Amino acid sequence: MITVNGINKSFKVAKRTAGVGSAFKALFRREYTDVAALSDISFSIGQGEIVGYIGPNGAGKSTTIKVMSGILVPDSGTCSIMGYTPWQDRVKYVKHIGVVFGQRSQLWWDVPVIDSFELLRDIYDVPESEYRGNLTLLTETLDLSGILHTPVRQLSLGQRMRCELAASLLHSPSILFLDEPTIGLDAVSKLAVRDFIKVMNKEKGVTVILTTHDMNDIEALAQRILLIGKGRLLYDGGVEDLRGRYAADNASIEDVIVQMYKEYQIT
Amino acid sequence: MKAYVSVFKLRMANGMQYRIAALAGVATQLFFGLIFIMILVAFYRHGGAEMPITLPQLAAYIWLQQACLSLIMLWFRDNELFQLITTGNIAYELCRPTNTYGFWFAKLLAMRLSSAIMRCIPVLFIAFLLPEPYRMSLPPSPVHLILFVVALILGLIILVAISMLIYISTFITMSPTGSLLVFALSGEFLAGLTVPIPLFPGWLQNIIYALPFHWTADFPFRVYSGHISAHDAWLSFPQQLAWIVILVGLGMIAMRAALKRVVVQGG
Amino acid sequence: MKLFGEYCLILFKSQLQYRASFLLLSAGQFLIPLTSLAGLYFLFERFGSIEGWNFYEVALIFAVIHMTFALSECLSRGFDMFSTLIVNGEFDRLLVRPRSTVLQVLGSKFEFTRIGRLLQSAIVLGWAISGLSVDWTAWKVVVLALMIASGTFIFTGIFMIMAALSFWTIQGLEVANVFTDGGREMSQYPISIYQKWITRFFTFVIPFGCVNYLPLMYILGRAEDGSGGVGFLYSLAPLAGFVFIVPCLLVWRVGVRHYRSTGS
Repeated sequence: MITVNGINKSFKVAKRTAGVGSAFKALFRREYTDVAALSDISFSIGQGEIVGYIGPNGAGKSTTIKVMSGILVPDSGTCSIMGYTPWQDRVKYVKHIGVVFGQRSQLWWDVPVIDSFELLRDIYDVPESEYRGNLTLLTETLDLSGILHTPVRQLSLGQRMRCELAASLLHSPSILFLDEPTIGLDAVSKLAVRDFIKVMNKEKGVTVILTTHDMNDIEALAQRILLIGKGRLLYDGGVEDLRGRYAADNASIEDVIVQMYKEYQIT
Repeated sequence: MKAYVSVFKLRMANGMQYRIAALAGVATQLFFGLIFIMILVAFYRHGGAEMPITLPQLAAYIWLQQACLSLIMLWFRDNELFQLITTGNIAYELCRPTNTYGFWFAKLLAMRLSSAIMRCIPVLFIAFLLPEPYRMSLPPSPVHLILFVVALILGLIILVAISMLIYISTFITMSPTGSLLVFALSGEFLAGLTVPIPLFPGWLQNIIYALPFHWTADFPFRVYSGHISAHDAWLSFPQQLAWIVILVGLGMIAMRAALKRVVVQGG
Repeated sequence: MKLFGEYCLILFKSQLQYRASFLLLSAGQFLIPLTSLAGLYFLFERFGSIEGWNFYEVALIFAVIHMTFALSECLSRGFDMFSTLIVNGEFDRLLVRPRSTVLQVLGSKFEFTRIGRLLQSAIVLGWAISGLSVDWTAWKVVVLALMIASGTFIFTGIFMIMAALSFWTIQGLEVANVFTDGGREMSQYPISIYQKWITRFFTFVIPFGCVNYLPLMYILGRAEDGSGGVGFLYSLAPLAGFVFIVPCLLVWRVGVRHYRSTGS
């Protein structure tokens, strides 16, 4: 389903120096340093898996998601998702994926949710019958019926996230990328989001790749963890194995992760 | 007094950071200056009869306009201030042990000066090197230069006092755009930024001379080129000072009233 | 095309949520070019004509240019304001949708308040036409429409190039004002009144002259002096605006490619 092989990506970062003289020089010539954002990342993910992608801030999570969703082109390495190379056939490929950026909205701020959905239907060219079916299903499972006709700006964060999830699944994607989907949500909304992800995974067989800082998300959803730190993939395996490796049975997953971060010195 | 000085210094340093923006500004100003002079040259070529102002005087007028743009345009937007007002965070300003009017005045003044310093010199430098009839001319005597500087500084104070009134009015309208934009634009028109005031028909000039706007730009520029004699300039300074007293006084009263409203409404 | 209409509709609905400020801004936009027009009027009152062009002739160009500027600000505001799309990361969102980036950026923002400016320039256009004694033919009307469409393409193209540059840097892009605001101010007058280098640049590089001076010569019947074919050729000049958009699209594509390889 997804095969990522030896992905490298480095960014040029302009050196900043103090002082008027050097700032003036920077007008004409800048000096750059290469910062490796991803080095030699390889993994594969099967159909129907839920994979938790974790790591401290700035470790390269978002960069990986961007590469896999076709936004970024890596420096080297290959990636094959459903037979596509994401960054090559962008338009064809992105019809098969759904992306939720937890901190940004894909809905139009001032109009009722349903208007956004209908525009997305046309952007993705979803056939009417498929759209109707998906909308009904999503409205039921996410309990949206009461808020479909409310402008987005009047929704609470939890309500909005539910709508975001629905919006990213209207075109029946096979893969769902969730970038911090539970950030800032209250406990009830978090549970609702988790349940929904489980249902979609089970009933529609959607493959889910999820980044989060909330280890409870991982514990509730993921069978498998990818841990990334300083651009390198440090761990790829089951959640339970981790627990066996690092701590006594009664340790929380938070503790385990903290221990891992310490061991790899990536905090 | 120290507080005003330090907010002034901070703003200056802040404004100086945008060097590249300044460079772009210089290019833009040069272009606009050239275009305006070319238009006027074209008009003069077949103008026939005696004109109320000579071409070299006009060229100096236009170049000073372009060079000092940030000192003379009414619409110099400080989003920070607008946000303070419209979000109601203005209440925090009231916690400061300074006179709010003076504080803002210093801030706006510094913003304009810092932006002008970086643009003024290169624009004028190039304008002095241009071939006739585009060249910027020297003032007829050193006295005119000194009088010009005094007139410009007094004009700047008038200008900031007017723009303070605009800011204060947002307390009431809560919307910085629309009507204010119109107000600012007509103010600039009346200051001679669209067409040099000596070229206007007589009846309009009479109206303009009764208003404060032309003291900010038109008057100092004509003092520079000698279109207004040194003697007349001396006689005009009391008028400038009178406007300063009127406008600053009005602003302080309006500010006090507006702040009282904020306090009463609870922000 | 249908999708473009739908983008329009959803943004129009959004705009209507703020009816008061919408009306106020539209009114403001109606009044803004008024000071320029007043300036133009007073200059002509004093001087009578500029290089043999009278007030109504220049007012016609003035109206056409302001109309095209308003149209392009209304329709391609997405490109004009593109740096915000980059800064807040919204552009990533557009990249994960199965549509061309150009269409999506165009659809990301419409500035309907420019309707005020459009209305104003339409009135000026009517005024100018009524003041001119032109024998209107069907083709001349077509040429006038072409001028407006072509000018809109030119401004959009400039917005697009500037948007593409903001993939590299968002500093110093104010220089674009030379071409947008500067182009607008400059093209209010027949481009022939300027120095040769300006006339050349704004005819052959950024073809403002092709939507203003050349077709105007045709409409006013001044181009027929020489050989018969010249006038008709002049009437085709607005097509240059449509050609101009091609390199702009290319620059845009290079910009998008750069963005996708650096993600900055």
